[in-house]
Amino acid sequence: MIGKRKLSHRLYTYLILLFLYAPIFVLIVFSFNSTKSRTVWSGFTLDWYRQLLQDKEILRSLYNTLAVSFLSAAVATVVGTFTAVGFFSMKKRIRAPLLYVNNIPLINADIITGVGMCLLFVSLGSFLKFKLGFGTLLIAHITFNIPYVILSVLPKLYQLDENLVDAAKDLGCTWFRAFRKVIIPEILPGIINGAMIAFTMSIDDFVISYFTAGSRVMTLSMKIFSMTRKRVSPKINALSTLLFVAVLLMLIIVNLREIKQDDKNKKQIKKMKEIIK
Amino acid sequence: MTNRRRFLAVPYIVWMAVFVIAPIVLIAVYAFASRDGAFTLSNFSAMGTYLSVFSRSFLLAIISTVVCLILGYPLAVIFAHETSRMQKIMIMLIMLPMWMNFLLRTYAWMSILESNGLLNRALAFLHIPPLNIINTPAAVIIGMVYNFLPFMVLPIYSVVVKIDRSLVEAAQDLGGSPAAVFRRVTFPLSLPGVLSGITMVFVPAVSTFVISQLLGGGKEMLLGDLIEMQFLGTAYNPQLGSAISLVMMIVVMIFMYFMNKFGEGEDKAVLM
Repeated sequence: MIGKRKLSHRLYTYLILLFLYAPIFVLIVFSFNSTKSRTVWSGFTLDWYRQLLQDKEILRSLYNTLAVSFLSAAVATVVGTFTAVGFFSMKKRIRAPLLYVNNIPLINADIITGVGMCLLFVSLGSFLKFKLGFGTLLIAHITFNIPYVILSVLPKLYQLDENLVDAAKDLGCTWFRAFRKVIIPEILPGIINGAMIAFTMSIDDFVISYFTAGSRVMTLSMKIFSMTRKRVSPKINALSTLLFVAVLLMLIIVNLREIKQDDKNKKQIKKMKEIIK
Repeated sequence: MTNRRRFLAVPYIVWMAVFVIAPIVLIAVYAFASRDGAFTLSNFSAMGTYLSVFSRSFLLAIISTVVCLILGYPLAVIFAHETSRMQKIMIMLIMLPMWMNFLLRTYAWMSILESNGLLNRALAFLHIPPLNIINTPAAVIIGMVYNFLPFMVLPIYSVVVKIDRSLVEAAQDLGGSPAAVFRRVTFPLSLPGVLSGITMVFVPAVSTFVISQLLGGGKEMLLGDLIEMQFLGTAYNPQLGSAISLVMMIVVMIFMYFMNKFGEGEDKAVLM
């Protein structure tokens, strides 16, 4: 009975995974297809990968995507961490409405955030003489990234033992030194988590970039969107396959390391138990 | 010291005022402005012609959200009952597709669903008559469910995994049938996850313009398409676009308010 239930659970999981991975499988397979067709298989080739390396426009959009993601995640991580500490130190009465505003970009539909920023940048631009471009794109990404960092750092601050900070202060630390030596190490997992979420959100964003980057700068998503109007080149399939494999490898390495660490810890606990005996 | 630390938040408060509040104020201002900047309500009266777009968007988004819930809830519960190592792997498998560009994944569905696509080829191989899915609302729903399913699974999973197992066991010991235990214990306790899942799926679904353009073939215009057209498309009219955005934002807010109201009621019922 239990076996049967387990089996049906497994089957269901596999079906959902099939649904999630079918298009990815199609994309990867057709990056090796020798013609441009995206439904008929006509033989194996690595041509698209070769052509990808010579396509300046695609590489340029990849560079823009990586640049805006790295920069915005970095800025958002620093600003978000400082802000989280600031929010944490406030009275609840003041903090609550600020957190509410902080949540607006998360709750609002992307298109509303994008359209609003587009209006803002266009009206500011006519005053201050600037045009939509990499700068406005970066500001938009920083703006939607900071809330993620704050929301992943704040819970760590609530877990923090405030006595540690007081102890550091009593031992002669300035408030900034206490911040750097006591608070930061304690909340580091939250900071790293926030940075990862911010980076992922930036890489994956299309809608907000589309409304804030103007016509001169293109991210990879924008490049792909402009291609879908006609036909997406298999070169893009090739690029996505490479990115996908890179992420997969990274995740496997990180997880293997964690599993190894787990096993090590377990062994140590075992040893200690034996010693105690 | 605590006093001084507060000021660390000041730069971001200024930033929010400029880049979070001001854009929304601008949308509201534009919504009530005519092309030459005078106050008008004509943007809202012009929206009457687009009523079908509103109803279609909300209908498709609601259907997609329900499908995501029906598919995602059991999956989240299955995950929560696995060993912790298996849980990690499964969560990773759910998140991994998000690292492939979502436009491209949606585009891949075109290859699968097209009339000469991979699905119909497979069906022909099995001597089953072909399905006509592409450029229909069904294709748009498949695209939405595909893109937003992880947003339903993850919040439900993270709540279900924290449910105190002893509560479930107590209900079983007291003679509750599996269905009763689920209806009276597991489901009410998982409700916060369900509500945040519903929001996380519904909001992007109701405002998407990419999925409808790729899989709906442009025939099924949605709210997102309508707004995009007013700002970057052929029908350039940011005032009308702002008015539509404003109405959409308010309707979504009302929708979410009632959802949370309903959720609070359930919470209290559980406590009593």
